[in-house]
Formats: sequence, structure tokens, C-alpha cells
Amino acid sequence: MASLMDHQARGETIGYSFSEHTAAGVKQHGFYPYTDNGGSTLGITGSDFAILAGDTRSTSGYNINSRMVPKVFKIGGDDETGEGANILLSVVGFAADGNALKERLDAVVKMYKYQHGKPMSVSACAQRLSTILYQKRFFPYYVHAILAGLDEEGKGALYSYDPVGSYEREQCRAAGAAASLIMPFLDNQVNFKNQYIPGSGEGHALEAKKPEPLPQETVKALVRDAFTSAVERHIEVGDNLQMMIITKDGIQEVYHPLKKD
Amino acid sequence: MDKIVAQYSRSAHQNEFYSEQEQQDLTESLPPLSLKFALPPVDNSSAFLRAMTDDHANPSCPIKLAHGTTTLAFRFQGGIIVCTDSRATAGNWIASQTVKKVIPVSRLSRGEDKATNDPTPGLLGTMAGGAADCQYWLRYLSQQCTLHEIRHKRRITVAAASKILANLTYAYKGYGLSMGTMLAGVTPQEGPALYYIDSDGTRLPGNLFCVGSGQTFAYGVLDANYRYDLSEQEALDLGRRAILAAMHRDAYSGGFINCYHVKEEGWVHHGFDDMNPIFWKTKLDRGEFSNVTSEL
Repeated sequence: MASLMDHQARGETIGYSFSEHTAAGVKQHGFYPYTDNGGSTLGITGSDFAILAGDTRSTSGYNINSRMVPKVFKIGGDDETGEGANILLSVVGFAADGNALKERLDAVVKMYKYQHGKPMSVSACAQRLSTILYQKRFFPYYVHAILAGLDEEGKGALYSYDPVGSYEREQCRAAGAAASLIMPFLDNQVNFKNQYIPGSGEGHALEAKKPEPLPQETVKALVRDAFTSAVERHIEVGDNLQMMIITKDGIQEVYHPLKKD
Repeated sequence: MDKIVAQYSRSAHQNEFYSEQEQQDLTESLPPLSLKFALPPVDNSSAFLRAMTDDHANPSCPIKLAHGTTTLAFRFQGGIIVCTDSRATAGNWIASQTVKKVIPVSRLSRGEDKATNDPTPGLLGTMAGGAADCQYWLRYLSQQCTLHEIRHKRRITVAAASKILANLTYAYKGYGLSMGTMLAGVTPQEGPALYYIDSDGTRLPGNLFCVGSGQTFAYGVLDANYRYDLSEQEALDLGRRAILAAMHRDAYSGGFINCYHVKEEGWVHHGFDDMNPIFWKTKLDRGEFSNVTSEL
């Protein structure tokens, strides 16, 4: 008997996980339902196209779980081929939440098409995605979403979201682990922030360079540069670059290899 | 007996996918701007939310939400001026410099800003605190205002609209919403009316409000120079100057100065302007901000 008591006392000091059952009454256990799966996404629009891109690495902590988990999805198209889709969604953060969100939006967009006999406009889809995210205001989806498509005038449209659904239309946006590395680059190269017209004046009279829509080849090059640079300095980004380009002719998907270390 | 049969004849995973109700929600033709929210399966859901999202209490929280603001609105002889900055922050990260913190509330002005200078009928709401909370609940308020318009064949008063919002925030008190909003509008019943509503359930009518992390700086400028008989141009300039002061001293405010004027016929947009050239113009032409050097 004494040895038993002894054992229990020692058990408590060492602190085995199974020795904590002594507390009486109701006990609240830790509830941590999220994992950060890393990775990064990026979207840029032009006058008649929009590009959404993401790396394909999936991590948890310092482990790389997979080198091929796409983050950019076609919404409202055929399940296998993605045919008929006119909207793109990228999700980064917790992959399981991202997948659930994608499935949900996909179902909504399809139901809309069956009921109204026409595809959902990007602006309508953008607002619907916002309400879907907000439905989980008190138990959020751990994701940063970006939605892309073409607006009613055929111009590229890009909407970015926070985890609980505040949204805004923008020209470009980076999200995820390397957002803080990519976004300043985009500000400078897409919106020409802190760029001035040479010879337009002296000192404070120097005129700022006005942003204008970029051609598709330039944007593709920017996306590739953004990701190859992010890979150099962020451990959660790498393996492959997935790029989706949406134009009036449909959606084109391309992959580029990134460094595998 | 039937009960027992029913209990055991259910498949173990029948609740795995979308429930009947959820399927119904998906097939509804209108997006449900509803009051139904998913809750985490824990005892104290607001404590869970705080642990996951409140970067003030827990700087390493996983989900960072957009915050931080300076907004102001004041009544004067020509109507109401509404001015805001445009910065959204998530922790120390500037999530956006181009947020539209003035949100039109009413059916007639739901769309994007039109290029015309004609006034658009309806109310204006401002956004401070959680970006998503303000956007969602002002959208909900928009819906309620439209329904009011259809039911009663006249536009809703600012008093009534603000009360819908205040009752709402009071009902969700303690759930962790974060919003400080001003509602501005001119109606035949009230004239120019301005209300402040926040997530504690506060609802105050008033002549002059500043809301957000930069509110004190804006109050400083506004209180010093405010008069009821300001001209329209003077009032717009004062609003911009107060926001500029807050952008300069409050790290959580910045970006663009967004200005609106609400008058009898509706609201008019008076620009979304980069603060940097305005700051240098104010300094170099008017000699203000003498604490900053202009040497290059």
C-alpha cells in the first residue's frame, strides 16, 4: 500500500500526462482545431485578364507533408475537369478549412446556375463568399481567400478577404506565409508605389508615377519573380508554382517548378 | 419500440455531410444574410474566439483580423461631413491601405460609387473596429432599411436605422463583436441626423464624433476649429485636416483621405486622396507640421 501511495506521489512530480486525472468535476480540455499549412498565394489583374497563383507545398511545423497540394481552384465548373468555371478561388492558411470553404462556394455557385440559368457574376460571388466566411464569425475558417474572375465589362476582377469575410476589390494581393515578402514588391511593381517620373520636378515637386494595367506577359513574369524570391527566404514556400490565368477564352492552368529545399 | 428502432437504424455517419437544413440554405435563391452562426464545440465560445483572434490580448494568436482606424463625422449648417482614413492593420502588418471605410446604407446606393456628381439618396455608415463586423452588419442594416422602405413606402429615419443596429449589437454583447460606427443621413422628419453606435450597444445622437484609435488626434483639431456655420468648403477642409493630423500621429491610421458630404438630396463623394502629397502641401504652403523637416 505504501509503495502504491509512493508511486502516485512521484507520478505527480514527474507529471505524466495520465497522472492528471485527479481534479474533480467538469474539466475543459484544450481545443485547438487549427494547423497552419503554410504556403503563399498571389493574384494580379490586368485590363482583360486575372492571374491567381500559389505554391504547392503543404507543411505543418517544420515538416513538409506534401509537395503537390494545389491552393488555387476553379469554382462552379465540372468536378473533374473544371470545365465551365468562370471564377477562381485561392485559399491559404489551414488547408482543411480552405477545402471546406471551396466546396461550399462551389456548391453555392452551381445551385445559382441551376436556379437562374446563367452563371453567377463575380461581384455577386464575391459578396456571397463574404457572407459564407461571416457565418463562421465565432468559429472562423482559418484562411485568407482571394477570388478572381472577369467583371461585367470584361476587366480583370480580384477580391481579397480576411478570415471572417471583410472584402475589397484590388489590383493585386498576396496572402499567406510570404505575404509580407511579396506584397511590398507588388506595391512597387504593380501599383508603382514610391516610383516617380524622372525629370518631372525637383525635390517635393517630383511627380509620382501613375499605375496602369499591365500586359499579361509582364504580370506572369512578376508572379514568377515574386515566388522564386519568396522561396529563397521563406521555409514554407517552395516545390511548385501553380498559376491560373482567366481570360474571356477560359481558364489556363500552368505549373512551374520551384526549388525543392 | 419504434424509438429504439429509429435510434439504431440511423447510419453512423448520416450527419457527416450537409444537413437537410444546410442543403436548403444552399438552394435558397437569396444569400442568407442571417443571424445563424456556427459556434465552436466548447463551453465558452467567446473565450475561444478571443484566444484565436484577439491580437491585443495574445500577440501570437493564429487568426489576425483587420483593425484600426480614424473616422469622423460632424453636423454643420450645410449638412454632415464624413471623413475617414483607409488603413487596415492586422497586428503590426498593414493589411491594406485602400479600405473604403464609408459604407453606403440603403437600397438606392448599394453599388459602387458612380462617376457623377449627383447626390445619391440614402444613409452613410462608417467603419471602425473589425472590418468584417462593420461590413456585414451594415449590409444587414441595408437589407432591413430596404425592407422598411418597401413596407412603409418611405425612407427609414436615421433614428430608426441606428436603433436597428444598436439593438443588434446589444443582442450580441459579449460574443466578441468589435465595431464603432457612425450613421449619418438627412431625412424630411429629422433634418440632418448623426448617431454613434458601437459593439457594446451604445447609441448616441450628436453633432460631432471621432471614432477609432486616432480619435483623440482628430478631436484635437476638430474641437479647435469647429463652428456650426462653417461653409461647405471650410467644413470639408476641416474634416480632411483632422484626419491628416490623426494619420500623422497614430500609427494605426494612414493611407488615403476619404471624404463625403451628406445633404438633403443625398450624399456626395468628395475624393479618395493619397495623404502624402496633401501632407507636404499642408506643411510647405501653410507652414503647419513644423516639427517635420522638409530637407531632403
